[in-house]
Amino acid sequence: MKNAKTVLGLGLAALMGSASLAAAQGGSLNIYNWGNYTNPELIEKFQKETGISVTLTDYDSNDTALTRIKAGGHGFDIVVPSASYVPVWVEDGLILELDHAKLPNISNIDPQWVDVPFDQGRTHTVPWLWGTTGVVVDTSVYSGDPHTADIFLNPPDELKGKINVIPEMSDVLGIVIRAVGGTDTCTDDRDVLRAARDALVAAKPHWLALDYGTVDAYVAGDLAAGVYWNGASMRVRLGNNNFVYGYPKTGYPIWMDNAAILADAQNVENAYKFLDFIMQPEHAAMLSNFARYANAIVGSGPFMDEDMRDAPEIVIPEGLGDVGQFALTCSADVQQIHAQIWTELLR
Amino acid sequence: MARSRFAIGRLPGFAMMAMLTFAFLYLPIFTLVAYSFNAAASMTVWEGFSLRWYEAAFANRTVQDVSIRSLVLAVSAASIATALATMAALATTRKRHFPGQTMIYALINQPLMVPEIVTGVALLIFFAMIKVQTGYTGLGYLIAAHSAFCIPFAYLPIRARLETMDLTLETAAADLYATSWRAFRHVTLPLLAPGIIAGFLLGFVISLDTVVITELVKSAGQDTLSTYMLGQMRRVVTPETNAIATLFLLLSLAAVTIFFLLSRKRV
Amino acid sequence: MSRARETEQAARRRDVRLRWLLCAPALVVLLLAASGPLLIVVTYSLLTPGNFGGVVWQFSLEGWFRVFFSRDIFDDTVGFAGAHLDIFWRSIRLALITTLITAILGFPTAWFIATRPPATRPIWLFLVTIPFWTNLVIRTFAIQEVIRNEGLINNLLRWAGIISSPIQMLYTDFAILVGMAYVFLPLMVLPLFASMEKLDFRLVEAGYDLYANRLRVLWHVILPLVKPGFIAGSILVFIPAIGAYVTPRILGGGRNLMLGNLIELQFGQGRNWPLGAALALTLLVIVVAALIFYVRTAMRDSGGQRG
Repeated sequence: MKNAKTVLGLGLAALMGSASLAAAQGGSLNIYNWGNYTNPELIEKFQKETGISVTLTDYDSNDTALTRIKAGGHGFDIVVPSASYVPVWVEDGLILELDHAKLPNISNIDPQWVDVPFDQGRTHTVPWLWGTTGVVVDTSVYSGDPHTADIFLNPPDELKGKINVIPEMSDVLGIVIRAVGGTDTCTDDRDVLRAARDALVAAKPHWLALDYGTVDAYVAGDLAAGVYWNGASMRVRLGNNNFVYGYPKTGYPIWMDNAAILADAQNVENAYKFLDFIMQPEHAAMLSNFARYANAIVGSGPFMDEDMRDAPEIVIPEGLGDVGQFALTCSADVQQIHAQIWTELLR
Repeated sequence: MARSRFAIGRLPGFAMMAMLTFAFLYLPIFTLVAYSFNAAASMTVWEGFSLRWYEAAFANRTVQDVSIRSLVLAVSAASIATALATMAALATTRKRHFPGQTMIYALINQPLMVPEIVTGVALLIFFAMIKVQTGYTGLGYLIAAHSAFCIPFAYLPIRARLETMDLTLETAAADLYATSWRAFRHVTLPLLAPGIIAGFLLGFVISLDTVVITELVKSAGQDTLSTYMLGQMRRVVTPETNAIATLFLLLSLAAVTIFFLLSRKRV
Repeated sequence: MSRARETEQAARRRDVRLRWLLCAPALVVLLLAASGPLLIVVTYSLLTPGNFGGVVWQFSLEGWFRVFFSRDIFDDTVGFAGAHLDIFWRSIRLALITTLITAILGFPTAWFIATRPPATRPIWLFLVTIPFWTNLVIRTFAIQEVIRNEGLINNLLRWAGIISSPIQMLYTDFAILVGMAYVFLPLMVLPLFASMEKLDFRLVEAGYDLYANRLRVLWHVILPLVKPGFIAGSILVFIPAIGAYVTPRILGGGRNLMLGNLIELQFGQGRNWPLGAALALTLLVIVVAALIFYVRTAMRDSGGQRG
């Protein structure tokens, strides 16, 4: 009796394991992306048009993704790292150099995003979405100026104990280093870096959480303020319109996430098809409409939702446009210090 | 002669504490189940009865996918674990101490004592090495990990059952000229059946429940229900999660009810 | 005579071999997928961290050093790793309090069930274990929904006029305690019940006959008799509690880290696998120490017990 069970169990298990390989006629594609960042309708459309069966696994931070891929044996084909991490992926040989002949739609990329410092000429990645990191705050709790880093670094009493900071190193340091006087996020001025570390450590007791995926928590009133990305903040506002998104006037990071094909991908051809797919204007718009971030594809405008056109999270207010700084990879020593500050904060 | 019975079993306030505890245990579950029928997309504001979330859950391809995978994994792991644990239980009980027995106990019970995060991290590293060397990234790793994890859970009830079994029945079988194998098949095994079933069900439920090890060991597209729900909790959570939770609660209930009914069968 | 002895010894050796053979498959699986990999953890704790995760195969005691000590980034002063020690202490503390809570709630519950008519007892047990058969993530999620600012408890309190703005329960140590107590309660009730079921109520009756009031009977008769159940329940709660990961992650909001979360952090954003490995082994040591302590207490008590 139990032998039959074992055999049945093993048989089913073997079937399941090979199911993903035998799947659809078109084969399969395994995408590893940020959570809540890929429009399910887009996936459906892709699957229908190509017959490729897609799996989507998500991660919450650049570090998690990098660690996972470096450990090996992951089975993914596509990954979507942020710009500041792309050089690390390239240097470690983790992503493929792209054959542009297989990506006809690559000419759709907005020229300003083609020769980017982290990937000149787009040799390894194509744009996914881009945005800014700032602060989000509940105006029914706090009635002051939202465009300041003090909201989480030096919070007023009504916000203390109700703040969340996304535990993403480059985003948070991108705000804090500028806020304590650094002119450049990648400065190697020890005094500035020490001030940044001190400011963070001093502010932490006032925070309630250091968590991702908190749209729900903001809308439900568990949190009243925090550091957050613009698109996620827009979702918060749509759920509870007391919230506004603030651009810290001392400086805020602009980031871009980019799709790449993993060096040990099993389904390289399918990955190319997908990358080409997302560079079509209407598909880029689908990505934007879902995640609420801007894309880098020319011609996607007409396909975007109405409320994206002039949303304050997308259109940077007058006077604050200049203080945004694109988040890039810093030199190895500075990176080390950043990592150490970060671990000290997180502990 | 009438006299009032002094209830020696009664301790003041205990019944009330017990009731409060039951309330504590069931309040969150009732809330969960209740709001799965909510017409609105909220888990705090009730707006009428509706089955839409159940429809959504059933139509959700990802949910189907992870549910099937969870079930397959649980059945495989529980089967393997029960088979192995039965053999190990037979080998380690009802006789006096033999060399190496303590070490065997330690090994078998190790997954119970070692926190899941420690095992998870160890397996992450170990399996990653193997994945890179062999290129195999199928479900085998998860099955192996879950089976190992379930062995002590299956072992305990089987062993308990073995120790309370009546030895004389087997001796009687031997007296009646049965070979060891026949005695085993026709006497021991049927007597052991409730313990084996208990072990299987325990392993089944534990495997369904495991999230840390699965989260660390899984490869692309190998989410189980637990890891899926963990991921969902970071998204915009809708009562669809409640619906899925309720359905799986019913499944576990069915499994445990079967166990209870089966275990009431006296030999 | 010696012939008989020889055959007997041969038979015993065969028996032992057979037993080992029967155990072998289970042991192989366990060694490959449970115990064996722990050796890798030990190895990794003695290596150097790679730049963005992973390890460099170079011997280093830095991982173990960082468990207990920290070097300031800017002025290289060495001090105690306060944050780590905080997390150790929080994990032990929360696990102990959880054990206490489950004991306080579990004892009356187990007693209640044990004093029901024998026919209904299985049903009560069934009722106690049903929540246990629900998925762990779902259970934690259910608690989150009840204690969050827009959740059941806060809504009830506000509706009743007791409070005017919600009490922050989520993302605190309190939330973690509630979550863990909820998850581990059946693990305390069942062993306690098992002990109580075997209780010889005549001893209790004797206590009353000797003019003891209920409290004294409880303290001097019942509690000592169910001590084995207490010990078993405490172990079953304390050990998973101290290594808990899911509950503190969901209910603690990433700020109130317990050891499990700290370990996982090193394999993600912390980018320090050797430190993670060392921390994991430290957790293991604490668990083993707790086990030894409990077992000693159990043995000492049962040794001194009469009747």
